[in-house]
Amino acid sequence: MSTANCIECDASVVLGDDVVIGEIVSCVECGIDLEVTSVDPLAVELAPEVEEDWGE
Amino acid sequence: MTRLNLAFLHSRIRVEEKLLIEALQTRQVTVKPIDIRDIVFDPQLAGNWKQFDLILDRCIAHGQALAVTAVLECMGCTCVNRLAVTRLCGNKLETSLALIAHGVPTLPIRLAVSPESALLAIEELGYPVVLKPVTGSWGRLLAKINDRDAAEAVLEHKSVLGSVQHHTFYVQPFVRKRNFDIRVFVIGGETICAVKRTSDHWITNTARGATTSNYPLSDALTELCNKASAAVGGGVLAIDVFETEGGELLVNEINSTMEFRNSIAVTGVNIPDRFIDYLFVAADHAHSVASSTEAIS
Repeated sequence: MSTANCIECDASVVLGDDVVIGEIVSCVECGIDLEVTSVDPLAVELAPEVEEDWGE
Repeated sequence: MTRLNLAFLHSRIRVEEKLLIEALQTRQVTVKPIDIRDIVFDPQLAGNWKQFDLILDRCIAHGQALAVTAVLECMGCTCVNRLAVTRLCGNKLETSLALIAHGVPTLPIRLAVSPESALLAIEELGYPVVLKPVTGSWGRLLAKINDRDAAEAVLEHKSVLGSVQHHTFYVQPFVRKRNFDIRVFVIGGETICAVKRTSDHWITNTARGATTSNYPLSDALTELCNKASAAVGGGVLAIDVFETEGGELLVNEINSTMEFRNSIAVTGVNIPDRFIDYLFVAADHAHSVASSTEAIS
């Protein structure tokens, strides 16, 4: 388990060992989407907004 | 091919990318995840890209996927899906045209490039109709139009507020399909499984809350989807099919970067494993073609 702090509300964000760079996680405190930018050490940034051409 | 050297292109990582990477690690695959946002691509410098047997495109943004696979194919790399397939499937109009050209049963469409002609198209098809952007996914920006007042309002809003891609009007009749559609998975030209996506909403995307259950493959559905796959160039595809109230099967859309997280358990089919099986086949095919070309030259 690794821990980082939410960019928006500074709450602790705890993630499992299988987390990968580029994964999107939600902050359990404020609900904002965060993108994992590093796993060792764990670091997150605000996730990009969904754009019109995203999807399958 | 005993061991596959694979470049795994991605940006945002979805559940599907994690499932694929986990499955790849259990197979004879050397996988290199590459976040395309970190890369500068030089079409005249293939360099390290040629070390890979295959490039797997799992980019979430269609425009980025098109650009990157175009450059990589220019360098001589083999991509899954191929650029031509991604281009066709990412554009609803081009998908419809490919299906029509190959005689695959699909929804009728109308195409108009002005709000005035779009209104004519809508009235000709008869209410209700569905107005869709030609690119986009997850059921975003679809409009079910029930009457002329709504048509005029939506067309004006799209004309005034929309970006240029919203000035191309792609219209389908609204299909009364009870409360579900069918998502069919086709890999390497073979239809492997299907799910029923059920929702109380007329949009039955799982991204919009639809639930999935197994949908047994019939001969008719398998034949339809094999033909649809061939019409757009094959590869790894998820085909959305409507079953009309009269029981007719019609292809609606085809997805070339398929999402399958909700379809593994209900179908009992290990979709990531089947996906990876196909990567070996595609790499073998690419090597055979390359060897033949070298022999000829």
